[in-house]
Amino acid sequence: MHTQLEGRGKLSQNIEEQFPLKQIIDKNGKLVDETYGNVITAEMARSFYRQMLCMRTFDQKAINLQRQGRIGTYPGFKGQEAAQVGSAMALENDDWMFPTYRDHAASITFGGSYTILSSWKGRIEGNLPPAGKNIVPPSVPIATQLPIATGAAMAGKYKELHQAVIAYFGDGATSEGDFHEGLNFATVFKAPVVFFNQNNQYAISVPVWKQMNSKTIAQKSLAYDMPGVRVDGNDIFAVYYETKKALEKARKGEGPTLIEAVTWRYGAHTTADDPTKYRDQEEENKKHSLNDPLTRLENFMMAEKYWDESWIDSIEKEIKEEIDNAVKAMESMAEPDINDIYDHMFETPTWSIAEQKQAYLEFLRGEAHK
Amino acid sequence: MTTTKTKSMTPVQAINDALRTMLDEREEMVVLGEDVGVNGGVFRATDGLQESFGEERVFDTPLSESGMIGTSIGMAMNGMLPVAEIQFFGFVYPAYEQIMTHATRMRYRSMGEFTVPMVIRAPYGAGVRAPEIHSDSMEALFTHMPGIKVVCPSNAYDAKGLLISAIEDPDPVLFLEPLKLYRAYKDEVPEGKYEVELGKGELINEGEDVTLIAWGAMVPVVKKTAQLAESKGISCDVIDLRTLSPIDKDIIALSVQKTNRCVIVHEAQATGGLGNDIISIINDTSFLYLKSPIERVTGADVHVPFWALEEHFLPTPERVMHSIQKVINF
Repeated sequence: MHTQLEGRGKLSQNIEEQFPLKQIIDKNGKLVDETYGNVITAEMARSFYRQMLCMRTFDQKAINLQRQGRIGTYPGFKGQEAAQVGSAMALENDDWMFPTYRDHAASITFGGSYTILSSWKGRIEGNLPPAGKNIVPPSVPIATQLPIATGAAMAGKYKELHQAVIAYFGDGATSEGDFHEGLNFATVFKAPVVFFNQNNQYAISVPVWKQMNSKTIAQKSLAYDMPGVRVDGNDIFAVYYETKKALEKARKGEGPTLIEAVTWRYGAHTTADDPTKYRDQEEENKKHSLNDPLTRLENFMMAEKYWDESWIDSIEKEIKEEIDNAVKAMESMAEPDINDIYDHMFETPTWSIAEQKQAYLEFLRGEAHK
Repeated sequence: MTTTKTKSMTPVQAINDALRTMLDEREEMVVLGEDVGVNGGVFRATDGLQESFGEERVFDTPLSESGMIGTSIGMAMNGMLPVAEIQFFGFVYPAYEQIMTHATRMRYRSMGEFTVPMVIRAPYGAGVRAPEIHSDSMEALFTHMPGIKVVCPSNAYDAKGLLISAIEDPDPVLFLEPLKLYRAYKDEVPEGKYEVELGKGELINEGEDVTLIAWGAMVPVVKKTAQLAESKGISCDVIDLRTLSPIDKDIIALSVQKTNRCVIVHEAQATGGLGNDIISIINDTSFLYLKSPIERVTGADVHVPFWALEEHFLPTPERVMHSIQKVINF
């Protein structure tokens, strides 16, 4: 059914010129955009690297926990650290974030908590953001968060809060109606929202070339007369600055932006998925590891002399401790509270919920006395 | 003692009046939907509101139900109070996912951190010779949904009072407006703000022999049937349910325990219809009081027919009377 590349882009031949892949450092870590030469400091490079390393460690830990049966199914994000950390670093405290289930690096970086991990242990508490932080529970159905993010942005604009909203989604999501409805509303109402696409090139098993006939995702912005940007999603500086620009524009009342961050998902869709069924994992990952977001930043830092072995040793130790503590905290959580099944449906429970809860609790008490 | 001034209004005027009253009171409230702005809605439910409150607060959306409900959810989460109009209930389906996966679930999945106080208004029902798909009454798709209330007035007074309560409610409410009754008759409606409590039905006729339960556009049908029955010496308790989720079980139990017989009338399809939940309530509360099986008069398990045959789909006083005879003569 699919014919790879043949006839693609006929109507948009120069589209890659119109949406060039923006880079600040290339895949060898060499600075290619000199305008940022004096802007990027050692401190910034170190904090970006530390956060990416922390997220990679977290992700690997989560996969290990799943393998050991200590959490349930988990969707890894290895390879997408620069896209998620870079974009989240660009947010201001009052901004809103609408992540998906694969965006824990983004939400944790934005000030979310490691308790998100507990949602993969079936705990609703994992969805809770720290008090006052506008991190919405991860969207599970694909692209449905995009109109909602637009609405949150419309409200911020109406109330003159000067907030921006960032909404995360993948390449597969651009095939859903809600992607188009969300983008259309955003431009019609000039909503301060940034649509941050992580094109990791696979929606479970379906590669992006089977997902769409368009060469890029950024070009889809044209249909809505929305600014669109294509950024190297493994270049954390490019991601950070492009997202920051888009967010600042949004806060100034200049409307939405679509950002396509081109990246790669090294692992499976989730721990329940086997990617060897649909791609040559070894070959593909070998190729993509030459473009790894952490290695690239490491090379940049080495060249700039920002790298220091004792520093890396100390952060590795810190990170390990941080993640171990997070796992400990998750594993020492109190038993789940049955009341949580019933008590958050309405502000005031309806009679049927109140009766069902009471009947079930009485049943349990009866069983306990048997 | 002050007397509240009233005004004679049709149900659609009462809905307009409720929106106006609440737009006046709650500055975070917005009215949005397809053609609700300059045009004032295809049924004129929002007539004049944009003129009074401006385009920031009463606005047309793109023709996009999922987009409209999705953005309403986001607005509600960020402190606003959206009242969205689905032009016809039969066009709500593209928004079903937004309602089911987000509007009704946000409070639960964030443990109350994010809430969705919003109202979805939708004219529903058959009987006005409308084109295909414009006549659906799939309320049971939404009464089955956890996390949303479903309301359905049958007259102008309730329409205003219930809509105000729906707007004041801290959770999502689906507000179904019987389009057949929009301009059917007028009631005296108080000026200004008043509420009709959600979750409470109303006994609109008192009798001894049988309980008739209906809502929305079926209320005039059962009222007429009650008169017909009266002339045959059968007296009816008539319940206008008004809220379809949560159902007022006490009003049903109290009445059925008195009359010992019940006929439920709805225009929606029988299988999976709300009548079955009412039978469950009677089963749970009043089983031993019954003197006959409960009868349902409903649409058949078919799509609402093309309008040349719609009168054969909708319950009529004659069909309801037939069922009353059955429960009386059992």
